[in-house]
Amino acid sequence: MQRIGVFVCHCGTNIAATVDVKAVAEALGYEAGVVISQDYQYMCSESGQNLIKDAIKEHSLTSVVVCSCSPRMHENTFRKAAAAAGLNPYLVEIANIREQCSWIHKDIASATEKAVILGRAAIAKVHLNAPLTAGESPVVKRALVIGGGIAGIQTALDIAEAGFDVDIVEKEPTIGGKMAQIDKTFPTLDCAACILTPKMVECAQNERIHIHSYSEITDVKGFVGNFTVTVKKKARFVDETKCTGCGLCMEKCPMKKVPNEFNMGLDNRTAVYIPFAQAVPKVAAIDPNYCLMLKNGKCGVCSKVCSVGAIDYKQTDKYIEEKYGAIVVATGFNPIKIDKYEEFAYSQSPDVVTSLELERLMNAAGPNGGTLLRPSDKKHPHTIVFVQCVGSRCDDGKGKPYCSKICCMYTAKHAMLIREKYPDTEVYVFYIDVRTPGKNFDEFYRRAVEQYGVHYIKGMVGKVTPVSDGSLDVQASDLLANEQLHIKADMVVLAAAIEPDKSARPLATMLTTQMDTNDFFTEAHPKLRPVESATAGIFLSGACQGPKDIPETVAQASAAAAKAIGLLCRNSITCNPCIAHSDELMCNGCSSCEKVCPYGAITYIDKEFRMPDRTTRIRRVASVNPAVCQGCGACTVACPSGAMDLNGFSNSQIMAEVDAICK
Amino acid sequence: MQVNEDKEFQPLIVAFCCNWCSYAGADLSGTNRLNYPANVKIIRVPCSCRVNPMFILRAFQRGADGVILCGCHPGDCHYTSGNYFTRRRMTLLFSMLDFLGIERDRTRVEWVSAAEGAKFAATMNEFTEAVKKLGPNLRLEDLRCRKQ
Repeated sequence: MQRIGVFVCHCGTNIAATVDVKAVAEALGYEAGVVISQDYQYMCSESGQNLIKDAIKEHSLTSVVVCSCSPRMHENTFRKAAAAAGLNPYLVEIANIREQCSWIHKDIASATEKAVILGRAAIAKVHLNAPLTAGESPVVKRALVIGGGIAGIQTALDIAEAGFDVDIVEKEPTIGGKMAQIDKTFPTLDCAACILTPKMVECAQNERIHIHSYSEITDVKGFVGNFTVTVKKKARFVDETKCTGCGLCMEKCPMKKVPNEFNMGLDNRTAVYIPFAQAVPKVAAIDPNYCLMLKNGKCGVCSKVCSVGAIDYKQTDKYIEEKYGAIVVATGFNPIKIDKYEEFAYSQSPDVVTSLELERLMNAAGPNGGTLLRPSDKKHPHTIVFVQCVGSRCDDGKGKPYCSKICCMYTAKHAMLIREKYPDTEVYVFYIDVRTPGKNFDEFYRRAVEQYGVHYIKGMVGKVTPVSDGSLDVQASDLLANEQLHIKADMVVLAAAIEPDKSARPLATMLTTQMDTNDFFTEAHPKLRPVESATAGIFLSGACQGPKDIPETVAQASAAAAKAIGLLCRNSITCNPCIAHSDELMCNGCSSCEKVCPYGAITYIDKEFRMPDRTTRIRRVASVNPAVCQGCGACTVACPSGAMDLNGFSNSQIMAEVDAICK
Repeated sequence: MQVNEDKEFQPLIVAFCCNWCSYAGADLSGTNRLNYPANVKIIRVPCSCRVNPMFILRAFQRGADGVILCGCHPGDCHYTSGNYFTRRRMTLLFSMLDFLGIERDRTRVEWVSAAEGAKFAATMNEFTEAVKKLGPNLRLEDLRCRKQ
């Protein structure tokens, strides 16, 4: 006979305001098998947990139902409390009467009724709960960081510092990411390269960090503590171990008209190239789309001039497989393509640039050597118009619904830098709102307005038209003065919205992590678990989780590293015991379950059965590997004979819940 | 099902939600205080592919007026491919519902991610309204379960 204890939580007034908690406790007390039904202010508190522990001992309870917040929140808390009182932790069920009842209903009567029904369903289920024991699986003491921007670099350095091996997989030929392209950083105006490149070098020199540049992830298998990842090392046609990065091949390469991605296509590079002077690893790569040797089979200049013989035109993509205990995703962001914003004449005039292009135009290593010149005629611009929120906070489907967060600050930075260097240049900034929360951020923006005399105008730019004299006619509205403006500008700078990198979506599918509708990775809890994904062993770092500036990215990167280190420090982790198992007497070895198992956890074994007539027969039956099964339950539905069942969510348990709700 | 003469018909709706996306989405709609009717009762399953078509038929047999199954968006399944199985299985089940004596519109499969609290609430509001219009589920009611 079951002896069930029911504990109903007030959660302060979170539950008690719309659910009559005492009535729920009383109603559930009449359910079959319930020997004690209590309510308490805060069940998750120390004294609340003690209440449960004492009741388990005093009434020798065989199972416990807690009516409280979501099991995603406190299931573990109550399981631990039960375990402390000597009860198997899997004999605890949670009825979610906060997130899914009290918070969404206003009517006390119907909310109370629903809470009772949810409690009944949990009681019906707990009647059938079986004690489960979690197995253990070892942790591979190596981490993988996907993405080699500042987020990935910081994470890798922190993990390596703790004494674990880290691999960085970066799809470009060098690590560094977006930060390497930035000229100065706000709000301190220090040079981005000066603070980033020492970290890149540190990565290269740290013996625990292994950089796979020009590589991509193609496959991820396994689970927390034991991932098996396939990395595709794209053919760079240069032997990484031999190349010294002398740059002679770049000097001699006859194909000099390749748009330079690092400078946002504002100048050209050669077909064999090192992306930028401080690249790590400083190894050349040959762009197969432009190399004359690879395209036409005629040239071979680079291999002739290379003194160490590093050029290898026959190199092919290589696949390497490695095991990892933890994976940190740091795939970062990209500015959106703004070709579809025809009103800003981006594709018509080279003098309409994005903010990242402006960074390159102003950078000493950029196409103009640090002098700000218009891309069209290389003349000094006298009037520059900045347009904010291009594609951000835009619900029309053309842009992104969210705020890109960093644009207000970098535009203030650009405006300030331009006014400081070229005091004769007038700078106008058109904005919807100026959002500058952050340490020293608002002071920075006010300095741009008050000290540097940047003209901030609330309003949106309607149209930019190239004029025959080479200037740009900017039509805009000033919302505060309520008037239409025409500004004759030499350059227009668009603060394009930022979006997650395109590689994030297929990666999320491989990692089985969740993304939101904007393709940002979803964290396990928006407030309390901001650097973990909902999938165990996968952590999030930087702008792949949402728009972020550099300090926030670095903070999150270190936090993700700390979480990964916490996992890697353990020798083994407890597995989820809610896995499938097959009833061998019912299984007829049909292979239906094997075909649907996404993890290949099911194999078939020949087993000897003793028949009623005392003969033995060998039958083929399904067997689940408990270390591999993740407990999705696909096999349970596929099984035609009903032999497969899932611990914790068995057929009879779910049926009992259905019956209790429909009673 | 509850029918009071002076009150409008209140359908009983069972929602199966996968633990990783839709259940979290339901939690999020709670955290954001986005209301949906109390008619909806949620059952947590690890993955939408854990839902045996039998569970849905059982719910109807026991007097549910509508059953909705929510999972991760196709391609986003926590278990890689579970929701693809769901999609196929449910297509098959739904094609037979009329034959079994249940109006097709009483069931639905929806993809709700963990970030779509607003979508969850909107879906539940809309589904409840749709089931209200259909009226009580009498065609597959187990007469032995009828309340006296």
